[in-house]
Amino acid sequence: MILKGKAWRYGRNVDTDVIIPARYLNVSEPAELAKHCLEDLDPGFACGVHPGDIIVAEENFGSGSSREHAPVAIKAAGVSCVIAKSFARIFYRNAINIGLPILECPEAVEGIGLGDEVRVDLAGGRIENLATGAIFQAQPFPEFMRRLIDLGGLEEYVRERLGKE
Amino acid sequence: MGKTISEKILSAHSGVDARAGQIVVAQLDFMMGQDGTSPLAIEAFREMGASRVSDPAKVAMVIDHSAPSPLEGVSRLHALMREFAREQGITFYDIGQGVCHCLIPERGHLSPGDLMVGADSHTCTYGAVNVFATGVGSTDLAAAMMTGKLWFKVPQTIRIILDGALPEGVCSKDLALWLAGKLTADGATYMAIEYEGEAIDEMSVEARFTLSNMAVEMGAKAGLMEADAKALQWMREHGARTLERVESDPDASFVETLEYRVHEVEPMVAKPHTVDNVAPVGELEGIRIDQGVIGTCTNGRVEDLEIAAGILRGRRVNPDVRLVVAPASQRVLLEGMDRGIIRDLVEAGAALVTPGCGPCVGTHNGVPGDGENVISTANRNFKGRMGNPNAFIYLASPATVAASVIEGSITDPRRYLSP
Repeated sequence: MILKGKAWRYGRNVDTDVIIPARYLNVSEPAELAKHCLEDLDPGFACGVHPGDIIVAEENFGSGSSREHAPVAIKAAGVSCVIAKSFARIFYRNAINIGLPILECPEAVEGIGLGDEVRVDLAGGRIENLATGAIFQAQPFPEFMRRLIDLGGLEEYVRERLGKE
Repeated sequence: MGKTISEKILSAHSGVDARAGQIVVAQLDFMMGQDGTSPLAIEAFREMGASRVSDPAKVAMVIDHSAPSPLEGVSRLHALMREFAREQGITFYDIGQGVCHCLIPERGHLSPGDLMVGADSHTCTYGAVNVFATGVGSTDLAAAMMTGKLWFKVPQTIRIILDGALPEGVCSKDLALWLAGKLTADGATYMAIEYEGEAIDEMSVEARFTLSNMAVEMGAKAGLMEADAKALQWMREHGARTLERVESDPDASFVETLEYRVHEVEPMVAKPHTVDNVAPVGELEGIRIDQGVIGTCTNGRVEDLEIAAGILRGRRVNPDVRLVVAPASQRVLLEGMDRGIIRDLVEAGAALVTPGCGPCVGTHNGVPGDGENVISTANRNFKGRMGNPNAFIYLASPATVAASVIEGSITDPRRYLSP
């Protein structure tokens, strides 16, 4: 799968409270959540993001709460992929479970600036900064998670497993 | 090669010789969701084509994040949870029963050596009673309810040895903040922590819950302790099914062993907007406080309220400050009433709210105003956490919060120690 979009650049510890504040947890409609995505950190994000855009952040992206509304809001906002130096573990699991592609790649984070056009080959983990021509290689997913992602998430995975039993 | 607590519990529940780094599918002893995460889990459960939970005795849902409901939209989600609980015959704790992390160990749902997941990041709290407990999202909870199982990556373990005794006026919360400052907000990401040492031995089980609760603030998957006689006694009194403890082997492999002497730990405060942004209280004295909060899954138990009441008894909350007290459960509230602790707090000027998470998570019950400073016994001070991104949250022990709301500014609680 090839993803392409403009980079939104953020710092360390982007927590799930700023990704989607608890005051919106009474909403489960993805499109509604997307309207408030990152509003406490970057009020310009939700209205400025375009389908395919990519979030690029430093360490510990998605720290804090287990709310799955966080990756759901990011995905519904049109973001095609999140690239970070590292992810908090519950966010990592939730993102894969709901089918939001995420890549860990410290070098790419160093080499991508706000607004750069980025191209990601998800299967190969190849990240290209089209603005500078620099190419980066992300950590590949463990095999078990690749299977989950290929199927489209945990719901599909469980359905498939049930079909076999 | 020996095994860590995590490797032993995950081996016992997966039927394989589980070692750090391996992915295993393990049988769960218990699973839990709260009102922020359960509605999505119920939706996912139905999407997966499930009709019945695999074992209703192993599932609980708790309404604590918005209890009682402050909004019509929330009421709809609560109704969805009540209907699901009735239909499935699972354990259900409605408004006023308390915060999930106080309730689940308190009501006999856990035994030492158990494996459990909760759709809440602070599920790691139960590590204090020797349970491998970790936070997951809603889709994971749905799969767990349906199959009774979940996949886990067996974590590596950091061992933290805490030698010596905490000085007077210093709480386990101060130690948790001090450790967050040392390890940083992602210092234990993907890993389990095992806490041990004299400082742990000396702590009450309630104080241990505070420490394990904040393991996730360093990114950890679990914050485990061995079950000593004190923990086993506590579990017996709170209805555990079995009392078989799980210990790490002497030759277990730890990714790192950190040893600290805790006699130098001071009352600590985490400054806005990250939990690892800590300083000794002395460096922050004098910062104006507009609101105090005592409660939450970190510090809302009887011992915490008692520490605060010990300082506030016979004194008054500063007229320029509001103090919100949210006991962590109905049992805590009742015991606090029986022992006069609640009376002391209310007479000092505290506003008592329904047991629940509201003030910490910003759903209701004390959303701060623009530019206001809050000092809270909670575990997170992220921007907007309490419902207003223009407010500033400082985290501290119940003692430091109590002293600070009297003075109207951040205050070293040791000034209020009885002679």
